[in-house]
Amino acid sequence: MRKRFSRLADGLAKTRLAILDGIKNALSRGPALDESGLADIEETLIGADVGVDTSAHLVDVLRAGSGERSADGAGGVTTLLAAEIGRILESACADATPEPATPPLVVMVVGVNGVGKTTSIGKLARRYVDDGKTVIVAAADTFRAAAGEQLAVWAERSGAQLVGGVAGGDPAAVAYDALDAAVARRTDVLIVDTAGRLHTQKNLVEELRKIRRVIAGRLEGAPHEVLLVVDANTGQNAISQTRLFDEAVGLTGIILAKLDGTARGGIVVPIARELSIPVRYVGTGEAIDDLEDFDPGVFAGGLLGVGGVRGGTDDGPRDDR
Amino acid sequence: MFDQLSERFQNAFRTLTGRGKLTEANVEEALREVRRALLEADVNFKVARSFVEDVKARAIGDEVLRSVTPGQQVVKVVHEELVRLLGGEGEPFRMPSASPAVIMVVGLQGSGKTTFCAKLARYLRKRGKSPLLVAADTYRPAAQDQLEKLAAQLGVPAYRGAAGTDPVTICEGAVAEARSGGADVAILDTAGRLHVDEEMMVELERIRESTSPEEVLLVLDSMTGQDAVNVAGEFVERLDFTGAVLSKLDGDTRGGAAVSLRAVTGKPIKFAGVGEKLDALETFHPDRMASRILGMGDVVTLVERVQESADLEQAAKLEEKLLKQSFTLEDFFEQLQAVKKMGPLDQLMGMIPGMSKVGKIDVDEGALGRVEAIINSMTPEERRHPSILDGSRRKRIARGSGTSVQDVNRLLKQFETMKKMMKQFGKMGKTGKVPISPPFGM
Repeated sequence: MRKRFSRLADGLAKTRLAILDGIKNALSRGPALDESGLADIEETLIGADVGVDTSAHLVDVLRAGSGERSADGAGGVTTLLAAEIGRILESACADATPEPATPPLVVMVVGVNGVGKTTSIGKLARRYVDDGKTVIVAAADTFRAAAGEQLAVWAERSGAQLVGGVAGGDPAAVAYDALDAAVARRTDVLIVDTAGRLHTQKNLVEELRKIRRVIAGRLEGAPHEVLLVVDANTGQNAISQTRLFDEAVGLTGIILAKLDGTARGGIVVPIARELSIPVRYVGTGEAIDDLEDFDPGVFAGGLLGVGGVRGGTDDGPRDDR
Repeated sequence: MFDQLSERFQNAFRTLTGRGKLTEANVEEALREVRRALLEADVNFKVARSFVEDVKARAIGDEVLRSVTPGQQVVKVVHEELVRLLGGEGEPFRMPSASPAVIMVVGLQGSGKTTFCAKLARYLRKRGKSPLLVAADTYRPAAQDQLEKLAAQLGVPAYRGAAGTDPVTICEGAVAEARSGGADVAILDTAGRLHVDEEMMVELERIRESTSPEEVLLVLDSMTGQDAVNVAGEFVERLDFTGAVLSKLDGDTRGGAAVSLRAVTGKPIKFAGVGEKLDALETFHPDRMASRILGMGDVVTLVERVQESADLEQAAKLEEKLLKQSFTLEDFFEQLQAVKKMGPLDQLMGMIPGMSKVGKIDVDEGALGRVEAIINSMTPEERRHPSILDGSRRKRIARGSGTSVQDVNRLLKQFETMKKMMKQFGKMGKTGKVPISPPFGM
């Protein structure tokens, strides 16, 4: 296990404050929650992007628990909520990625425009490099102007090799060449960057399927991971993004990007509840080390200020940006 | 999800539209659905709450409860209020007048600033301006390269200054370059951050101060969640931007962030980004946005058109006939005409909630024309008593209408089916509604 300072508590700071504030207000009329208090908490959760249905579900859990003494007061409410959110997130978690029979481990990264795909790939590459692996990143975003250049900068920062394509070229061909190179060089990990596209653009989603097919045809069992990058500022549309990308290319997990202190991030709860796609990583800042493993309990605790992250600090060395 | 919502919404309004008289409780029930629709569209919860309160005041007032069609009136009030909140008629982008004019573009990381700058350059050039694209985002790797490439694609000049130049100096240099180089609008592509921070705001304030832009446009991702209020609030407080751009509206996001933005800042939304291509820029339409956020298709327009074209007296007569089971091909023909009066069919389909998301529906207007031709080729006697249509009559009608006997047979069969269905409707009680279902399948 790497020793890494957790910025997650910082990342959820504002959301946590808002939720705790909401709970305090809801309890201002007494230690037990009445219906109007429950409605207040429901709104607070909606305000954290948890969504209408999932917020209603969480409030149902609180309602069911009320009457028991352990559910009283702010402590009881936050504990109950954290437990249920943790349970929902946990239920979507999958086992760790199995080591591929023959290297490389192929990771395909997809998402809509502007969510932070390329940056997340830079950070992900750095993690593998830090673990002593060799990494190739494939610049299969041949559409957006200068996307290749941006990835090249991140590859250099992370110590990965880059296989590029030509602007306007066939992204599937880039992925194929990169996989060829990774096999030939016995590289441990290949990360494929793809162009951002809205999940509703049928032809572009079809292009993504093709990239996946080409990878699968070149190496059995690949891609081993298909990760969707979701912007933590995104609202309920993230559910539609997850659903449609999953239908198209079969997601194995989510990278929650830009969880930096103001973003709500609550959207992962309905995603886990409705679609059972696990969050794998959380991007918490702009520096190359700001990518953490996702831990359901820690995340739920961070949202509600319970558990080890209540104070917002953790031990361990802190990197300067 | 979208269709589900549409359906719920329709159900809520159906309970309203089905009643002659509304109670306060009815209205509240429907407004609960409205609130839910707003929240699911990511309208900030506080904004949604106050919006619903405003509407309730109007909806429970005289205007609605006393009207002949209170249910429809509530729908109209909700829609009208939302359109008003989103900017009413809309405020189109005014062409910059100073020369050189400066347009500063700001927003969070990944909101689509650089793409919008290029689209705006194209938009301005089409209208006779000579824009200069200024790459002042020195933070994101290759952001300046991206803008330069887009500028090259457009054949518009770009300015980035010497390597290592700070953004404020770049912008100042660009304005000077525009003045001497013959460009009349400098578009400043500034850096975004993960979130609004002090350092970023100070830098943007300095750029604003030193270049005196005519317009400062905030680009907001239309998929933004509840935090949109804070983003918009911070930017308006520090930069007092002059207008907003809603990006990535070509997806299936309902775009409630637009409502949050307007509620917090009151600034006009001037453009909508609807694709990655550089021509995918549209003027923002508050009325369309309102329908989208409510997830109700263009129901209001549809309701209005049906009202306009429906002849109530005729409908009452028809209902009587249905009950007496004396519905004839003549009546059928009248129904077709009524549908046609409402407008082209594919346009009507697009207004039905959920339909627009299904994709393009091919409505065969030709089939409708054939039905008309067939009925037109019948004698009045035949229209009233289709049972007398034997083989030779059918052949004559087919020849007369330029169709085949199979077409005539199919129409008669569909008519019989429809009649049977209507009989059942008639038995179900007086709904006051006439099911209109022209045979599209022909």
